[in-house]
Amino acid sequence: MISFVEVRPGAYRDSVALMQISRDLANLDGVSAVLVAMATELNLDLLASMGFDRPPKAGPNDMVVAISAEDDDALAQARIVLEKALRGEHERRDGGLAGSAGGAPAMAGGLAQPVSRITAGALDGATLALVSVPGPYAFPEAVDALDAGLPVMIFSDNMPLEQEVWLKAAAAQRGLLVMGPDCGTALVAGVGLGFANVVRPGPVGIVAASGTGAQQLICLLDAADIGISHCLGVGGRDLSAAVGGRSTLQALDLLDADPATDMVVVLSKPPDPAVAEVVSHRASTLSKPVVIGLPGDTFPDLTAVAAAVLDALGKPPRTWPRWTPINPLPRRSGALRGLYAGGTLRDEALSIARERLGRISVDDPGALGHALVDFGDDRFTMGRAHPMIDPTLRADQLGRDLANPATGVVLVDVVLGHGAHPSPATPIAEVVHQIAATGEILPPVVAALIGTETDPQGLEAQAQLLVDAGVRVFLSHAEAVHVALDLLTGESP
Amino acid sequence: MTADGSLPSEEANAAGLLAEPHRVVAVGAGFLAEAISSQAVAVSTVDWRPPVVDADPLARVLADPRRREANSAALGRILASRAHLVDLAPARDALRLEPGVLLHAGPPIDWERASGPLRGALIGAALFEGLAGTSAEAEKRLAEEITLVPCHERSTVGPMAGVVSPSMWMFVLEDPSTGQRSYCSLNEGLGKVLRYGAYSPDVIERLDWMSSVLGPLLRDAIRRNGPYDVSSTVAQMVQMGDEGHNRNRAGTLMFLRDILPYLAESTAPPRDVAAVTRFIGGNDHFFLNLVMPACKLALDAARDLPGSTLVVAMARNGTDFGIQVAGTGDAWFTAPAAVPEGLYLGAYGAEDANPDIGDSAITETAGLGGFAMAAAPAIVRFVGGAVADAIRTTQEMYEITLGEHPLYQVPVLGFRGTPVGIDTTRVVRTGLLPQINTGIAGKIAGMGQVGAGLVRPPIECFIQALDALAAAAPELAVSSA
Repeated sequence: MISFVEVRPGAYRDSVALMQISRDLANLDGVSAVLVAMATELNLDLLASMGFDRPPKAGPNDMVVAISAEDDDALAQARIVLEKALRGEHERRDGGLAGSAGGAPAMAGGLAQPVSRITAGALDGATLALVSVPGPYAFPEAVDALDAGLPVMIFSDNMPLEQEVWLKAAAAQRGLLVMGPDCGTALVAGVGLGFANVVRPGPVGIVAASGTGAQQLICLLDAADIGISHCLGVGGRDLSAAVGGRSTLQALDLLDADPATDMVVVLSKPPDPAVAEVVSHRASTLSKPVVIGLPGDTFPDLTAVAAAVLDALGKPPRTWPRWTPINPLPRRSGALRGLYAGGTLRDEALSIARERLGRISVDDPGALGHALVDFGDDRFTMGRAHPMIDPTLRADQLGRDLANPATGVVLVDVVLGHGAHPSPATPIAEVVHQIAATGEILPPVVAALIGTETDPQGLEAQAQLLVDAGVRVFLSHAEAVHVALDLLTGESP
Repeated sequence: MTADGSLPSEEANAAGLLAEPHRVVAVGAGFLAEAISSQAVAVSTVDWRPPVVDADPLARVLADPRRREANSAALGRILASRAHLVDLAPARDALRLEPGVLLHAGPPIDWERASGPLRGALIGAALFEGLAGTSAEAEKRLAEEITLVPCHERSTVGPMAGVVSPSMWMFVLEDPSTGQRSYCSLNEGLGKVLRYGAYSPDVIERLDWMSSVLGPLLRDAIRRNGPYDVSSTVAQMVQMGDEGHNRNRAGTLMFLRDILPYLAESTAPPRDVAAVTRFIGGNDHFFLNLVMPACKLALDAARDLPGSTLVVAMARNGTDFGIQVAGTGDAWFTAPAAVPEGLYLGAYGAEDANPDIGDSAITETAGLGGFAMAAAPAIVRFVGGAVADAIRTTQEMYEITLGEHPLYQVPVLGFRGTPVGIDTTRVVRTGLLPQINTGIAGKIAGMGQVGAGLVRPPIECFIQALDALAAAAPELAVSSA
């Protein structure tokens, strides 16, 4: 076995690109371990834990390449593939002399030659900016967008609060909307940004403080044949006292003036009381009906918000799609284990389950007893991609919980749409099949499947994968939680 | 900000948010850009890398409420500046340069820390002024009595060592609309010359001739001709293969062409007129000493605008590289100067080279020199590069600048204006450093020029400048909303 470690000062690729490269290299014959990553403390620790020598001089702005291979040939082959993969990125980036007027025009549906900064002029008339660099670095990019006169969606989380306040104040002054930070989804004039479900156009405009919460609502409405005009994310802190609901208020006005929107839904996290007051007052002045959905307050859960929207539109109540396996895994007693990719859904599960189960540990996968874990939380995403893209961590935990006789029921969310894993049901179904193949007796698994039939992954196809593994599948997350609790407590669903 | 420094119109863009078919610009995770692209929506990506500075001072500088207006004003002033050559006079008259004071290139320095070529030029100036009879005597007086002052502090710029003494003749440039003035000495030619640190008798003899013949004849010609429009010539030379720093051939010939009739009309002996025209025509860099003060004039107009992150000076004294920024007054941000990469004359090599020296990086600061490299592809031969490298260099500089110079147009880029107005925040965000074309001085006093090549400033100058801008900016606080 030979080990190769190299530092490339100043080379940079985003972590998702590097993880893909690492994974491709690790799949080569004769290659046993690979890490191609930016040399952050975390990645250097990871490197050491993989048995590589820690390079003496490497910092977060340097790329570290570590390959462990059976022999020289395998190593050489891996290095060729590495160069190709890194150059492949480059080739796409380097347009030679083209675009001397400052960046090649973006082709419809294609990625244009990258530019070095967000400007309006250099991008052939860009109209909207999306910022997803690591949180501490997001502010300068967002400032560039505002300086270029562009509305901006900030997908990045961990932006200091004072920066959010500054950006929203500056944006409001310039008549621009800031969506985020920590804005996971948005749907703007037909463009899905972030993790975005594919839905039909329709009368409902959404102002959302939460990404997966908005996705749940959108998918439920889609199942009820109700389309969405726009979904404007505002970030989880927008209704805090410090931010003062700036983006929410702007978004309300925008949707009020928008001819495609007939009614408005505000999805919020628990707001500051004074700000909530201001928002309700503004909502009451709109020319359109407004449903203010504060889960846990005006509505018990997101599904109830969807029902209220149906009601406001004069539609009858309806039942939500569910997919039941032919041989569902039988109920048993034990602990509730909820493994989530979406933080809002985890919160919703917590508020529903706490009433029925009492004490539940949060975000500690090693805890015994009832536990709900959001794998999208910072502590799990440091140095790796979000669980909606990289299912590894959650799949590993799922395997452990399934094999644990103390587990009474496992609850998962499976989120579809643009930006998400190409088939998020697959790793879950695979783990269930794997553990079942060992002869273990499995606890029941309940999944909330957040998606639409027009999503790239396809709702029915994903449901089928899960059902075939014996998983009970629900479009409504609240229903999924109640069913899981019923299974656990022996009440009939 | 738009290329000409004006701020984009702030008409409500928000209504458009829900109406238009969007074109998205995405910075960060590639999969999110691909997710947009897969919806058949146009998307451009930003080739982002982490900044080379801490996030906090950067955010504070970018959030400075004065920044946009100040940068817009700074760039506007640079682009509006026009330089006319209005007179020539000895430095004692033009600059009121007092005896016992010598000007030098770059940030402040004392004799103790002065490099070989700066020492050589200072010795030569002392000999030229008659302050000393021998170089040893000159060294002693320089170490003990003579005051060294940066050219930049006296509205002056000097190439290489940039030493100016009271008897040296200066070009006097003026902006006709503001009356602002800047100054530069006359170019001595290449090889063994004072500005490269040579001080042999032939160097001093040439300086004597420049003061007694060249300066007075040019002054008389300019006075007869009226002000000479340097800006216009610079604009033309950029379209004729000059970048105004390492290549000034077209500019020099245009100047000679324009000044020649007025020299011929003078009452000076034909022998002197012939000597002057031969001297100018034989020195491809003669016009450099007019380009530099024209740049200085433009950049001085942008000084002292609190909140502005625009670089108003990049200068080297042979030991330190220093920059000044519009938002931080007269403060210099310095770090050790690098040795240029380039081609060497004759038997000289890299081991003979002194670290970077001269005020001539004022040309890059104003959008010429390395920033106009695409206009002068011949220059890249100094480092064995190709034409594509020249074009790439200029294109790269657009990434760290605030605007484009409408007067300096690059034919090969479709007459796009050169990148101008270096933004401190862009440099530390991208890690891209300004490209400077430069001469290379020998490191030992008296050696003279040993080559020419390319160099970049140390990033530390920009990091210090950013910290100073941050310290001068209001704190970013939740309550500041």
